[in-house]
Amino acid sequence: MMYVSVKNHQRIPFSDIPVTEYGAFRELILHELMANPDDHCVQYFGVPMDGGIRLIVCVARDSNSDIRISSCQASSENTYPSCAASKPALEKFEREITELYNIQFEGHPWNKPVRYPWNRAMQEQRMEQYPFYTIDSEELHEVGVGPVHAGIIEPGHFRFICNGEQILHMETQLGYQHRGIESLFLKPGSVLQKATLAENIAGDTAVGHTTCFAHLWESLCGFEPSAQLKYSRTLALELERIAIHTGGLSAMCADIGYQLGNSVFGRLRTPVINFFQQWCGNRVAKSLIRPFGTHFPFTPELGQTLSAMFDRYEPDFLEMCHELFKLPSALSRFEKTGVVSLEQAAEIGAVGVAARMSGLCRDIRASHPDDLYPELQHTPIVKHHGDVYSRTKVRKQEIEQSLAHIRQLLTRIPAPEDGLSASAPEVQAPGPYPHSGHAFLHQSPAPAPGMFVLSLVEGWRGEICHCAITDPQGALVCYKVKDPSFHNWLALALAVRNNEISDFPICNKSFDLSYCGHDL
Amino acid sequence: MLDNFKIWYHQGKQYIPDVTTAQVPGIFRGRPVISEVKVDEEALCALCPTRAIQAHPVAIDLGRCTFCGECAFAFPKKIRFTTDYKMATNERERLMIREGQDEPITLNESLVRKEIRSVLGQSLKLRQVSAGGDNSCELELNAAGNVNFDMGRFGIEFTASPRHADGLVITGPVSRNMAEALDITYAATPDPKIIVLAGTDAISGGIFADSPALDRSFLDTHTVDLYLPGNPAHPLCIINGFLSLLGRTRPKTPKLPLTPLGNLPERAGEQLPERLQGRQV
Repeated sequence: MMYVSVKNHQRIPFSDIPVTEYGAFRELILHELMANPDDHCVQYFGVPMDGGIRLIVCVARDSNSDIRISSCQASSENTYPSCAASKPALEKFEREITELYNIQFEGHPWNKPVRYPWNRAMQEQRMEQYPFYTIDSEELHEVGVGPVHAGIIEPGHFRFICNGEQILHMETQLGYQHRGIESLFLKPGSVLQKATLAENIAGDTAVGHTTCFAHLWESLCGFEPSAQLKYSRTLALELERIAIHTGGLSAMCADIGYQLGNSVFGRLRTPVINFFQQWCGNRVAKSLIRPFGTHFPFTPELGQTLSAMFDRYEPDFLEMCHELFKLPSALSRFEKTGVVSLEQAAEIGAVGVAARMSGLCRDIRASHPDDLYPELQHTPIVKHHGDVYSRTKVRKQEIEQSLAHIRQLLTRIPAPEDGLSASAPEVQAPGPYPHSGHAFLHQSPAPAPGMFVLSLVEGWRGEICHCAITDPQGALVCYKVKDPSFHNWLALALAVRNNEISDFPICNKSFDLSYCGHDL
Repeated sequence: MLDNFKIWYHQGKQYIPDVTTAQVPGIFRGRPVISEVKVDEEALCALCPTRAIQAHPVAIDLGRCTFCGECAFAFPKKIRFTTDYKMATNERERLMIREGQDEPITLNESLVRKEIRSVLGQSLKLRQVSAGGDNSCELELNAAGNVNFDMGRFGIEFTASPRHADGLVITGPVSRNMAEALDITYAATPDPKIIVLAGTDAISGGIFADSPALDRSFLDTHTVDLYLPGNPAHPLCIINGFLSLLGRTRPKTPKLPLTPLGNLPERAGEQLPERLQGRQV
């Protein structure tokens, strides 16, 4: 076997991953690991090792919940034939490897910088010299937008090549948000510091990224989370989905100039994020998810509050959706705008909403489920037109589905176990944590040495992947983070082709991609 | 059309009548209070993820604090977070909460530049620059302008272009890759202009403070007019911060000419109907 098969966040000794030479490695990726339509690469990265760079590829097979991992040893002195030349889904992974380790891939369609990280191999590469694609013609003109945009939004640069009002080509330059997160994970520090880093990867996906980190870290330490923990994580993931999708619908209405929808969806998000605050004291659920425990177990009283909140939310939400989806002026902006075909989505390896909107059924909650998802028997919402309308409709139906999941969860709130309850009897000791249940982060086991773990979680945008390797002393030698936006920015570039440039904002918002999650 | 009116009617009243007295629901962690109880101060300092806590005597720097509350869980008799969201100030030193101190955080009036109130007092247009922000402070800045919080009633709004703005609101720890764009945006803003830092990441770098991918030199060479602490800053912290910077908090502005909507929270001494008092948001 040239690869090893694991399940979601199953820890294996790093030495179990077979090492081959690049020729065989490439053949393996192209003809075996990614042979089926349901195979998608969740991570492909390099780690400095044994005087060279170890390339590690991780491909998920949705049909049997396997993740297949293989590796090879490479060096910056050689050039290697590119895999992305025939599997475009790998294009950004190869670009990232080149950017960090100066390993050249021959035949790569456009091996350009990804995010200009502080530790890039070629420090002389500069943001302002990004090699944009150009077409030499007197008929065409270019439009540059960003990095600072018109709204309260993160920075990124979009370069359009237009024929009159029509977009021929759009290229996205990212990296402005780079904060060096992956290298900060490697610094020695407490579990709380790492959890805080995880929840700041993308503040709109605090639950998604922190849950992914918690799964990974608990697996590294050989810790099995309690029923209460699994419950609160599942609930929080679905709540986050409802909150951000509702806000997304509001912003879509704003982009087509539909004031009523903008205001109503905007105010409907407020009680959902306020519930997070009632639960954990933070509107975007920072501080809620921690490895090994939680300071905020979900109680029956919270359940009643949540249930009552959704009883008020749902009729207003459905009424507004009903109006929006029959409004001709809205539909004319949504339908057949920004189309990505099923073939394109599959070819570029789109994930999450950006995959499901064009008929590609890709959802970690169904294919590699964890926490309470196996019991919820989640069936992904899939649409087939790949346009703004489909993306809007997926959002609306996913909100309804998440409501159903949460209602189901609310019928069986687990008891807060001992050591988790905030009302645990107070010990009269003068030291820290008189309520003994809150000390979980400080009594936690240490990561096992020489291990490899890959963790997948379906956030509201799509699949989040965190990956870690420990050294013989149990310290992290590698921490890789991949936000779904890493794949999906290319989908936006394909969607806007042949559309009017005035439709760019609505296309962009319909994907709702993360800049900071991509730039790390 | 009738459907639209029906929807409109079903929303009821969503705006918060008085954003200066509204209460936040649940367990919001706002301005902390530190008691004089003796504890293991080294252990207390060590557990803070952003090293926001100092020992001898114990003090918490709200410019570094992520408001995760871990210190309050470990030492509940020493540290308690109140629901006071009015944490904005214009002096970095005032974000330092010391042992035994339990007073509201206010602005240092002597540091408020004259032209801020005389030129921008009735209308403040801002340009937001996310410089490594994680989109949570951006989300809350957007929320400050939504139908619930309605910051627009005070004439405080965000503009699309720095050329139309009276200042910058910076979020994020200021990534190196965004440093130049921040400089250019600031240069494009006409005088007089203010600089506001929203969120822990912007004020101190937060959890990213030690990252080699940052370039915070812009903040070393410019004066900050307002700090809005939080991770992210709460909309009520944001709005009240702007109001106090503009000198428009209740006791000082009984004679301001106001728009009809703006009248509500500002009518000095007016008793609000009971159902609207202290309304949760």
